[in-house]
Amino acid sequence: MSERVGMEIALAAAETVALCRPDVVAAYPITPNTHIPEHLSDIVADGRLDADFICVESEHSALSACCGASGAGARAFTATSSQGLLYMAEVVPIVSAMRLPVVMIIGNRALSGPINIWNDHSDIMSQRDAGWISMFAANGQEVVDMTVQSFKIAEHRDVMLPVNLNLDGFQLTHVVEPMMFLNQEEVDAFLPEYKPYAALHPDNIVSMGTLALPEIFNEVMKAKDEVLKGSKKVILEVWKEWEEKFGRSYKPVESYRTEDAEVLFLAIGSMAETAEVAVDELRDKGMRIGLLKLRLWRPFPFEEIRNAVKGAKVVAVLDRAVSFGGPGGPVFSEVRSALYDEKDRPMVINEIIGLGGRDVPVGDFVKIAEKATRVAKTGPEEEYEIFGVRGS
Amino acid sequence: MNIVENFDLYAPRLVDKEEHFSAGHRACQGCGEALAIRLMCKALGKDTVIVNATGCMEVISTMYPTTAWNLPWIHVAFPNSASVGAGVEAGLKVLRRKGKIADRDVKTVCIGGDGGTFDIGLQAISGAMERGHDLLYVCLDNEAYMNTGIQRSGATPFGASTTTAPAGAASSGKSEWKKNLAAIIAAHNVPYVATACHSYPFDFMNKVKKARKVKGPSFIHCMTVCPTGWRTASEETIKLGRLAVETGVFPLYEIENGKYKMSLKPDKLRSVEDYLKLQGRFRHLTPADIEIIQKRVILEYNKLLDKAENLHSWSELEEK
Repeated sequence: MSERVGMEIALAAAETVALCRPDVVAAYPITPNTHIPEHLSDIVADGRLDADFICVESEHSALSACCGASGAGARAFTATSSQGLLYMAEVVPIVSAMRLPVVMIIGNRALSGPINIWNDHSDIMSQRDAGWISMFAANGQEVVDMTVQSFKIAEHRDVMLPVNLNLDGFQLTHVVEPMMFLNQEEVDAFLPEYKPYAALHPDNIVSMGTLALPEIFNEVMKAKDEVLKGSKKVILEVWKEWEEKFGRSYKPVESYRTEDAEVLFLAIGSMAETAEVAVDELRDKGMRIGLLKLRLWRPFPFEEIRNAVKGAKVVAVLDRAVSFGGPGGPVFSEVRSALYDEKDRPMVINEIIGLGGRDVPVGDFVKIAEKATRVAKTGPEEEYEIFGVRGS
Repeated sequence: MNIVENFDLYAPRLVDKEEHFSAGHRACQGCGEALAIRLMCKALGKDTVIVNATGCMEVISTMYPTTAWNLPWIHVAFPNSASVGAGVEAGLKVLRRKGKIADRDVKTVCIGGDGGTFDIGLQAISGAMERGHDLLYVCLDNEAYMNTGIQRSGATPFGASTTTAPAGAASSGKSEWKKNLAAIIAAHNVPYVATACHSYPFDFMNKVKKARKVKGPSFIHCMTVCPTGWRTASEETIKLGRLAVETGVFPLYEIENGKYKMSLKPDKLRSVEDYLKLQGRFRHLTPADIEIIQKRVILEYNKLLDKAENLHSWSELEEK
């Protein structure tokens, strides 16, 4: 383990992907993307990574090429954001149905329109139900660590599912942070060579991606659901091994100063880091407040959420995406659903915040904490709120 | 016995007896596309990976848990067989380079219908051709979206009645002409482009073998008769393919390193009516409509002959 090195997080992600020795990287640079593919193409061009970098003509082709490469038994990687993920969308659920362990890093950005490109989570939330393992990193170090973990989880024989690793566009992708990197020996020791269950080769003939009629489709979907739910066991094992080897702990839901807390923030992505600062400030003022950071988005950690909110009066869920005309943000819906059958459950409120790159300063959390304290006494005020709308 | 004189009798004995696309698939009676695939696979041999775009051939051959394929086969979606193929080709190349799979040449072959090639898949094909992947793309063109119920595509010929370009009191069927796909692909500087038809099986198989040997992209546009969509008798599939060629509606040629070469040049083209009158999709056409088609077919055919006579290969042009 080396000392901390300052680097743009997208470049750090690319460097770490290279340490994972992908055989094929396919990516489209625009609509939009981050420096991850560009930097990987640099690494390949410099001869530091023996891989084929396919600079495709669209994101649809990027994920399609990953499908083909993974089908051939290669370790395949891609990265995208925003509209790019939507352009891939036709292929996204096919990758998981075909059990191809492709790893994709998503620099989360707002969907058009209006065209925006800055950070929120509307891109990944649109692909919530595609059957991928989906995880969020909150800072550069987590991006580095979770990149390596993603390949190991995806390729585990009990999983064989694609993984998308999410980091906030700009707030993380374009920010320089100090991070501790692994060296090649450490990555090689942690991440074994990919051994596909089946691969496209005349020595072992297989048909992949066949037609399923209604008589079998339910069963196929059930199998897909079971394997995704079952992947949590492997995810926890991989995180345990990571902690033992590298000393950094990863959990599906992480708690920050939640002891005796009456109000809990529940945040996802980089705003959880800002929320920590807000919790510290509010604790200094004597408020009983804490923070839950949601790392594992799919499979959704129901049990961990139920345990983590015990004793709280109000949970303020912070979403970075809108479910227009729906029940609130996607994280809120899941959290409230997870708690519905509990006898003693906290009130759950929803603040949709930081859309399209709108800054989320510490002061916003303070205001939300005040609201949470108020509604604990007076009851809920609305289904959800899009926070900080000017003129409202 | 003189082998050359009896070549027609001798040639079939040279064809691979092994079936890579086996019986038991669910194609319609008289399906030209299934026949073309069978011939194509025989010419390719076992060291092949097939990448199939969504369409009739994927549906009829891989109803889970069965498969008609005795070759490694993958299907992902409709518009992307060329980009999936690009990934397969890249994956096999890297794994071979790293010594993780057997060190021998396995060809990636993408197949798609006319919808998946002329229309929705064209961008992915253009990308794959431009990037120079070592893959063969075979378009099995039956001139409409037959799998979903005979909707018009960019490959549907002028005058054909389809479910989205129907003939009626105010319509003579499709009012646009077929795209020149081979020219579009050739414009990518692809070293080997050819047209073919299942009704000329040895010509088709020879072209597949030739394309397979190309290091880089190659492309075959294969006309395949569809009795269901063309409203033709299933026993006339071979005859119709021959008529398409003999009338000049679908000429057979190769474009090798820029040089056009006619594979078959009839002394005199037959009247297009001989071809059109056998098909229900053209039965509404008036003599005036047929005259329009006849003129256009001759124009396109002459444009092609002009290219074959006047265009030089790249190596000839280098020396000029």
